[in-house]
Amino acid sequence: MTASPTTLGALQGVAAAFTDAGQTSTGEAVLFWVLAPLMVLGALGLLLARRAIYGAMGIVFVMISLAVLYIAQEAPFLGVVQVVVYTGAIMMLFLFVLMLVGVDASDSLTETLRGQRWVGVIFGVGLAAVLIAAVTRVTYPAPTGLAVPNADSNPVGVARIIFGDFIFAFEVVGVLLITAAVGALVLTHRQRLTRRIGQKERSDSRVARLGQGEHLAPLPAPGVFARTNAMDVPALDPYGEPIGRSVSRVLRVRGQEREFEEFAAGLDDEEGGGTVGVPLPPAGAPGETTGPTTTITTGRGSEVQP
Amino acid sequence: MTSSIATLVAAVEPQAAAAPAEGIVSLAWLLVAVPLVSAAVLLLAGRGSDRWGHWLGVLASAASFVLGLVLLISVLGRDAGERVLDLRLFTWLPAEALNVDAGLRVDPLSLTFVMLVTFVGTLIHVYSVAYMEHDTDRRRFFAYLNLFVAAMLLLVLADSFLLLFVGWEGVGLASYLLIGFWNHNTPYAVAAKKAFVANRVGDLGLLIAMMLMFAAFGAVDFETVFAAVPGASEGVLTVIGLMLLLAACGKSAQFPLQSWLGDAMAGPTPVSALIHAATMVTAGVYLIVRSAPVFDGAPTAQLVVVVVGAFTLLLGAIIGSAKDDIKKALAASTMSQIGYMILAAGLGPVGYAFAIFHLVTHGFFKAGLFLGAGSVMHGMGDQVDMRRFGGLGRYMKTTYVTFGLGYLAIIGVPPFSGFWSKDKIIEAAFVGEGWRPWVFGSAALLGAGITAFYMSRLFFMTFLGSKRWNDGHSASPDAAIANAPVQHPHEAPRLMTVPMIVLAVGSAALGGLLSIGGVFTSWLEPVTGRAEPHAPVMPIWVITTLTLLLVLVGLALAWRQYGAAPVPVVAPAGSALSRAARKDMYQDDVNDALLVEPGQYLTRSLVYSDRQVVDGAVSGLAHVMVRIGDRMRRLQTGYVRSYAASMTVGLVVLVVAVLATRI
Amino acid sequence: MNLTNYLVLATILFSIGATTVLLRRNAIIAFMGVELMLNATNLVLVTYARMHGDLSGQVMAFFVMVVAAAEVVVGLAIIVQIFRTRRSASVDDINLLKS
Repeated sequence: MTASPTTLGALQGVAAAFTDAGQTSTGEAVLFWVLAPLMVLGALGLLLARRAIYGAMGIVFVMISLAVLYIAQEAPFLGVVQVVVYTGAIMMLFLFVLMLVGVDASDSLTETLRGQRWVGVIFGVGLAAVLIAAVTRVTYPAPTGLAVPNADSNPVGVARIIFGDFIFAFEVVGVLLITAAVGALVLTHRQRLTRRIGQKERSDSRVARLGQGEHLAPLPAPGVFARTNAMDVPALDPYGEPIGRSVSRVLRVRGQEREFEEFAAGLDDEEGGGTVGVPLPPAGAPGETTGPTTTITTGRGSEVQP
Repeated sequence: MTSSIATLVAAVEPQAAAAPAEGIVSLAWLLVAVPLVSAAVLLLAGRGSDRWGHWLGVLASAASFVLGLVLLISVLGRDAGERVLDLRLFTWLPAEALNVDAGLRVDPLSLTFVMLVTFVGTLIHVYSVAYMEHDTDRRRFFAYLNLFVAAMLLLVLADSFLLLFVGWEGVGLASYLLIGFWNHNTPYAVAAKKAFVANRVGDLGLLIAMMLMFAAFGAVDFETVFAAVPGASEGVLTVIGLMLLLAACGKSAQFPLQSWLGDAMAGPTPVSALIHAATMVTAGVYLIVRSAPVFDGAPTAQLVVVVVGAFTLLLGAIIGSAKDDIKKALAASTMSQIGYMILAAGLGPVGYAFAIFHLVTHGFFKAGLFLGAGSVMHGMGDQVDMRRFGGLGRYMKTTYVTFGLGYLAIIGVPPFSGFWSKDKIIEAAFVGEGWRPWVFGSAALLGAGITAFYMSRLFFMTFLGSKRWNDGHSASPDAAIANAPVQHPHEAPRLMTVPMIVLAVGSAALGGLLSIGGVFTSWLEPVTGRAEPHAPVMPIWVITTLTLLLVLVGLALAWRQYGAAPVPVVAPAGSALSRAARKDMYQDDVNDALLVEPGQYLTRSLVYSDRQVVDGAVSGLAHVMVRIGDRMRRLQTGYVRSYAASMTVGLVVLVVAVLATRI
Repeated sequence: MNLTNYLVLATILFSIGATTVLLRRNAIIAFMGVELMLNATNLVLVTYARMHGDLSGQVMAFFVMVVAAAEVVVGLAIIVQIFRTRRSASVDDINLLKS
């Protein structure tokens, strides 16, 4: 989210000085009461969503809302960093991995560990209860606000502390980031154990498997000989049977393939009912694949054979 | 070097009673060192010294003898009052309160023992060269013999009870090693163990005595202890005396620790002759005589000593009358004769010198008898059952004569050695007032009669009478004899007969020679003190006559039963007394019932309680821990979410706890 | 409105994140629960910074973000690696820590 200077200013304006009783401005209260329930809902979405992608979306919402709250709480620098680092980098990384793992892999919500669900629920709620009790029971001083530290703008104030008091921690964190990057590289790196399969090898293997249902020629385009040449309609072979492989694998995996009968060429009708040419081959002819029977493809080098 | 330091120290140290040793006497440490080094060489050199090892052993023993002889002559050259010499060697235990110097005491008593041990020892070394000729471990045997000689000399030469104890343990060790010399034979190994254990019981007495001395006098050397004795209470002295007596009983096979001696005959015969007849078993007598000041201050302890001696001399004599094993009969005789010595030693100054005198003569004739028995066994294929002997005098003349001389000596026939020494003891036993002289005197008198009986029995059964062994050509009516292996009795080789002849001469003449003019008693006076002449309750000539009469009776009885009448090959059932005597008066059974079984029961119950209570507690705790661990292990499911759940629970509990303290 | 409301909101978000870690078996979702907890903490830090007028709280939150970024990189790499070898993203399948 890219907040324009005006939006930032408006949000910061919301966080005006406190009243004498230490209360925030009404604008901030409205902002909070609008966002807080939605954030809780988003977080609950993560907890309850069957599909990981929905949970991730809920978290993205929570994080952007947090960025808004940061800006409202006189922390515009953190708000921006929240958006850039969390929403922009971390959650994107999450989504990327989710896609890698399989976007359609839904998590079963049935519990396998005995008592885990009850422990989780009871102590989750209990944790919230005791922490809220702790937070609300404490007497706080009157909030001072950040007007003085933010006199030279918030990023400057933060920078003074980071590069002043916390310069060593800052450098260490830099080292930590580099280490993490190297660690991720090492973890995801795979030693090549077999010979690299290039274009020549693929070509050779296809020629070698020529008699076993392998076509040297490109796969037929979808919709050939059918009544429509849409992407989701299988092509028909000379016998009028559909060729499954002509439809994109992604569509097949998703089950978005169209039934071929309705688009089959009506040869019989035009020829007066007589069957022309060779009889139909028996069912289960080579190249017959329908429906999402394949495994999910992930990573490099895993070749899917339809 | 050691000697020079020793003389230096000795010169500085002030001496109260004992004069510092100088000149030739300061070489006394060589007496111990030479056989000890020889033993070490023999043990360390291994098989390489097999060829010459036995001669090295003989040489070491002979060197000690020559040195002892030189010392004797040198000491004889001094006045009677200056014959007690002390040789300081080095500071041994410089502990704050316990300060013990290693030193040797060269005085008439120790020199007497030195001469006995080295002379008889050397003869037996020579004898052993031939006796052990066919044993593959002859070198090891000589190493042990030398070790024994060294330890025995240390025992008699030590100038403190602690150093004496070292020698005491040394002879115990040598005795154990030599009894079990043929330890591949289980009964022999068991006999060695039995001797060792019985000796340890006695050693405990010596240890306690030393502890008491240290507690009461603050020292354990002879000089300080004996000087402090007059100021000590009689109770302490009595306890010390009784503990010393316990030690003496263990080492000298006196009642109630006598049971090991018979089994100790499992060792080679030269060992029986040297250790279990002539020298080591008399160490108890030496200890009592050496501790004379202590016993003089404790009449009760002395009475116990006399009772033990009198009882043992009768017990041994009775056992000896029933044994058919020639060595065991001689062992019982040893026990009985040492009983005489203990009896004499318990009589006080009147008996000390006679105890040592009898010890010396006994050393000669008993060693001679054992060597003779060894010669008989040598000629009879290691047969020890006297009922299988008979008529051997014709086949082994030298053994017959030498053994006969020893035999006459032990039964106390004048003018042989035994008569001079034993008769004096019997006379001394009759000295005193009240009931004591009558009881102890009668016991000694009776013992002399029984001695004559069992020794005659032994002699007649072995050398006289008819052959009870299979000579291979004359048919015997007795099937048991006819079926026995054929024997070819023959005289032993020269190396064996010469020591026997020397000892026989000693047995015959030594007693008489040393009695002329009371040479021996006056020689010992610097140690034992001068005994005021006491008149026995009976005139001396009556006692002597009675003794000789009883000896004759015993001899006649033995002749009637074993000389004139044929001896059955298989022992008859006999009376209850002889059955009991054959079984050592049931001493083993008594020991088993009183000590061994309760001890084993105690051990078993201790082991049981250790297993059940101590181990039970420990392993019970371990079991509990294991069980807890098993339970805890189930928490380790390996599921990250379980761990996270426990962390959450912990967090909640922690926050609640913090909040609870704030409320 | 009182600033405590922010804290209560952060507490609720934190608890939901913790419960997610406890209840969801998918490693990626559990990991997102962890991120949610970190974000809730950040909200607390920012709120306290404002309450006390001290920017150190914001700096802390900044550091939390950076560390979270590093953590996510490594964590996701691990998840990908595990998925490659086991074809599963369930945390219950990874119980080799058991003896």
